[in-house]
Order: sequence, then structure tokens, then C-alpha cells
Amino acid sequence: MTPFSFAVAHSLPEFVLAVGALVLLMLGVFRAKDGRDWIISELAIGLLGLAFVLLFFDLKSNAVVWGGSFVDDAFGRFMKGLALLGAIGALVLSLDFMRREKIDLFEFPVLVVIATLGMLMLISARDLIALYLGLELMSLALYVIAAFHRDNARASEAGLKYFALGALSSGMLLYGASLIYGFAGTVSFDGIAKALAGGTQSVGVIFGLVFMMAGLSFKMSIVPFHMWTPDVYEGAPTPVTTFFASAAKMAAVAITVRITNTAFPSITHQWQQIVVFTSILSMVVGAFAAIGQTNIKRLMAYSSIGHMGFAMVGLAAANEAGVRGVLMYMAIYLVMTLGAFAAILSMRVTGVYVENIGDLAGLARRNGVMAFFLAAIMLSLAGIPPLAGFWAKWFVFMPAVNAGLYPLTVLGVLASTVACFYYLRIVKIMYFDEPARPFDTASPAVSGVLAVSSLMVVLFSFWPGPITAAAAAAAKSLF
Amino acid sequence: MDIGLPHYLSVAALLFTIGVAGIILNRKNIIIILMSVELILLSVNINLVAFSSFLGDLTGQVFSLFILTVAAAEAAIGLAILVTYFRNRGTIAVEDINMMKG
Repeated sequence: MTPFSFAVAHSLPEFVLAVGALVLLMLGVFRAKDGRDWIISELAIGLLGLAFVLLFFDLKSNAVVWGGSFVDDAFGRFMKGLALLGAIGALVLSLDFMRREKIDLFEFPVLVVIATLGMLMLISARDLIALYLGLELMSLALYVIAAFHRDNARASEAGLKYFALGALSSGMLLYGASLIYGFAGTVSFDGIAKALAGGTQSVGVIFGLVFMMAGLSFKMSIVPFHMWTPDVYEGAPTPVTTFFASAAKMAAVAITVRITNTAFPSITHQWQQIVVFTSILSMVVGAFAAIGQTNIKRLMAYSSIGHMGFAMVGLAAANEAGVRGVLMYMAIYLVMTLGAFAAILSMRVTGVYVENIGDLAGLARRNGVMAFFLAAIMLSLAGIPPLAGFWAKWFVFMPAVNAGLYPLTVLGVLASTVACFYYLRIVKIMYFDEPARPFDTASPAVSGVLAVSSLMVVLFSFWPGPITAAAAAAAKSLF
Repeated sequence: MDIGLPHYLSVAALLFTIGVAGIILNRKNIIIILMSVELILLSVNINLVAFSSFLGDLTGQVFSLFILTVAAAEAAIGLAILVTYFRNRGTIAVEDINMMKG
């Protein structure tokens, strides 16, 4: 029996967010005028920042607390750091947008904090019950903020679609969890691994594993469970889309990596097939379906489907180097996504937010700095060396090659080449087309996020040390 | 005839299939989707309780209690989103949810 203080010390960020969310809710209810934001968003950013700092409280030790259902390890801390950065980025980007669209209600930051709390619990989950509760805490808050612009028909349609398909995916995940519990006899990841270690392959467990992977693929928006992504990305308010594309993806990928590698290491071959198959499909769909898009948020949705496929290439390798690749990929993808959405949020013509790719025409002649930053991010998303996106792909493809997954790697590189087309098209539109109407001046916060993430993408090659070392340590803690 | 674990699992599998089919095949009403989701969650509960009794392990029943609680929250949120959608569009027919495609 571990002492209470020890357990609390290892779940401090979660405690801070849980208590903080309630305090912010009370502040909003009793102090904010007419339900307006007041300073709740700023406080929520501070709260998430505090949780981020607390991750560094104890970097050395790994601990299993709360009756074995919660694990605090380097892998968890790495992914939690990414999820928190994504949430902070989304909230910083939301400040100006929500005010202009007149939906700056205090519930939004509170819901973001609650969703982030769910993500942290999900990342640290060590049994199926904790996994389900973390996932639902995250998803329920996300359903609400997808439909947050409640007078907007597209936003409520996005919320409705996300809810219906998300609920179906939770149901599939649960059905899988119930089968795994029944046939392995336990809900703890370690216990499942022990029950399967004898080499006896239970059909029930494999059946459950398939359902479980289907449910998790929904949350990661991996083909064939990606149908909701373009509609939700397009319909939801842009800062909410940012949150979906950054933080929510981190948590879903983290739990997928954790459950496959800690609960099912002895049936690697079974889940590896699923991962290879869905990974190829995602990369191909992400590359081809994005070509015809005119709405930049929809394009980013297909781009994110493709990128999740690339991240899964690392998981398919099913070893420590592969997991390190996934972690590197997610870290770099987070920075690129925040930058791309910061650029989308700077696209405002005479006070109205625009979303068409054509609105970027001739940006280089109107606003050379923004065009340069966005071009760097687009080239990085395409995977052009020496930008960070190239190294991200390098770190997932190398382990896959070493693991002998040649068809997967070849198809991945081909899909990446096709995907280059639409990223380069945006660069071409910005630099060579006749200028469209000029954009309004972006708020300092939005420009700041764009500049910082773009510079990180450009300068990554010169200083990759800290992030590579952290990812290596995180991957090591899982094996 | 003794009623054993396979019978419970078959009923649960059947309910799960009906629930998934209800979501996919239904073209009329979003409320039916909500009902199908409940059906799926309840089929999972039957599974868990049957396994729990079969294994002589209480964890499954604890799990099913958590699922019941979360299902209530999920239904509340689903209905709330449905109401905002109805206010904007004046319809809840599934085939009318088509503002965005491609």
C-alpha cells in the first residue's frame, strides 16, 4: 500500500487541473459578467502551464499508484507535456478568435482544461477502466466544444457528427475491452500481458484487440475510421479544431502505443498486421483525398489523417526505436499543427475569418514574413529536408526498414511524395499568384505562435538534442 | 437446458450488432442513433457482468457501474447537442445532416 502523499506527488498535474477546473468554473459562474470570458482563459492558460511545470517535479522515478491503475513514467510525462503544450497553444490562439466571433464564454476554457485532464489520465492509464474513464472525460468535453458556436449551423452539425461517431467508437472500444477482460481474466495491462505470455492465443482476446484498435483508430482519425475528421475540422470553430488536431491526437496516440506495447507484447504479430494495414490506408487517403480540397481547414484534416498514418509506421515496427520515432513524430507534428492553425487564424479579411486556399494568393507580396513562416511549415509538413518534418519521417521510417517492413515503407514514401503536391500548391499560390484581398493585422498572440512554431521547425536540425534525448528516455521506459 | 456463459455472450453480441446496425442503417431520426448507442453500451454491460460472474471476479461489475454512469452523461450531452442542432436547422432527420461533404 503506497502512502497517499506518494500517490498525490506522482499525479500532481492531474490534481492541479481537476481542482483548478472547478475553481475556474466557480469563478466564471459567480464573477464573470453575462457569462463572458472575463479572465478565465488567461487563468486556464496559467493553470495548464503550472501543470506542465509540475511534470518536471520528479523526472527520474517511475511509479504505479492508485491501486495499479495509474502509472507515472517517462513515456507518460513526455506525451503529457505535448498534450499540455497543445492545449496551451489552442487556448492562446482562441483568445482573439472567440472575442471576435462573440463566443467568448467562460465555459470554453473550463471545458478545455477538463478535456486536458482527461487526456492526462488517458496517457497514464494502466488498466482498461482507467483507459475508458480518461477517454470519456476527454471525449465528452470535446463533443461540447465542437458544437461550442451554438448559433452556427455548421458548428452544431460538426458537434453532432462528432458525437454520433465518437459514441459508436467508444462502444466498440468498450466491447473490445469487455472481451479482453473476459478472456484474459483481468483489466490491468500487466495482468493481460501475463495472461497472454504462455503462448496460448485466445481467439476472444484477439477479437477484443481488434475492436479496441477500431475504437482507438476513431480517436486518432485513422482510415477506415476517419469519416468524421474533415467535417468536424471544417465545422468546428478554428481554435477548437486546433485543439482536436494537437492535444487530442497526442493522447489517443499515446494510449495506443502504451496498450499495444505493455498489454499485448506477446501477440505483437496480431496487432502489427492491423497497424500496418490502417497505416498504409491512412497515408494513401491522406495524400489523395486532400488534393481536391479548397477549404484549408478541410485540407488540414486530410493532412492530419495522412500524418497519423506516418506516425503509425513507427508503431508498426513494434520495438523501442519505433516508439521513439512515434514520439519524435508527435512532438514535431504538434509544433507544425499549431503553426499551421495560427496561420489559418491570421486569415481575416475586413474583420471576417476566411478559410479558402485562394485567399492566400500572393501573400508573399502583401506580407512576406507571414508567407515565409507558413511556407516553412507547409514544406515541413511535406517532409522536405532539412526542416523538422523530414526528420520526423526519418525517425519513423528507419525503424520500420530495420524491422523488415519494406512494403509499408515504400508505400509510405510514395504517399509522402503525392502529399507534397498539395503542400507545394499552397506555397505556389502564396508566392506566384496574383495578390488577393489583404489580410487584417493578426493579433500579437497569433503571430507569436506562428513565428515560434515556424522557427522551431526551421531550426530543429541545428539543435535536435534535447527532444531526441527525451523521446529516447520516454521510449525506454515503456519496454 | 443450463444457461451458461455462451448464452449471455450471444445475447450481448446480438444486441451489439443491432446497435451498430441501427446507427449505420438508420436514415430517419437522430434519436434512434442515441438509442442505438445505449443498446451498444448495455450489451457491453451484459458481457462484463456475465464474465464477472463466470470468473468470480468483481472487477467486471465495477466496470459496468462506471459504464452506466458515463452512459448517462453521454446521453445528456448528446441530447444537448441535438437541441442546439434542431434550433439551427429545424430538423433532426439524418439525411439532412449534409452541410459539409467532400
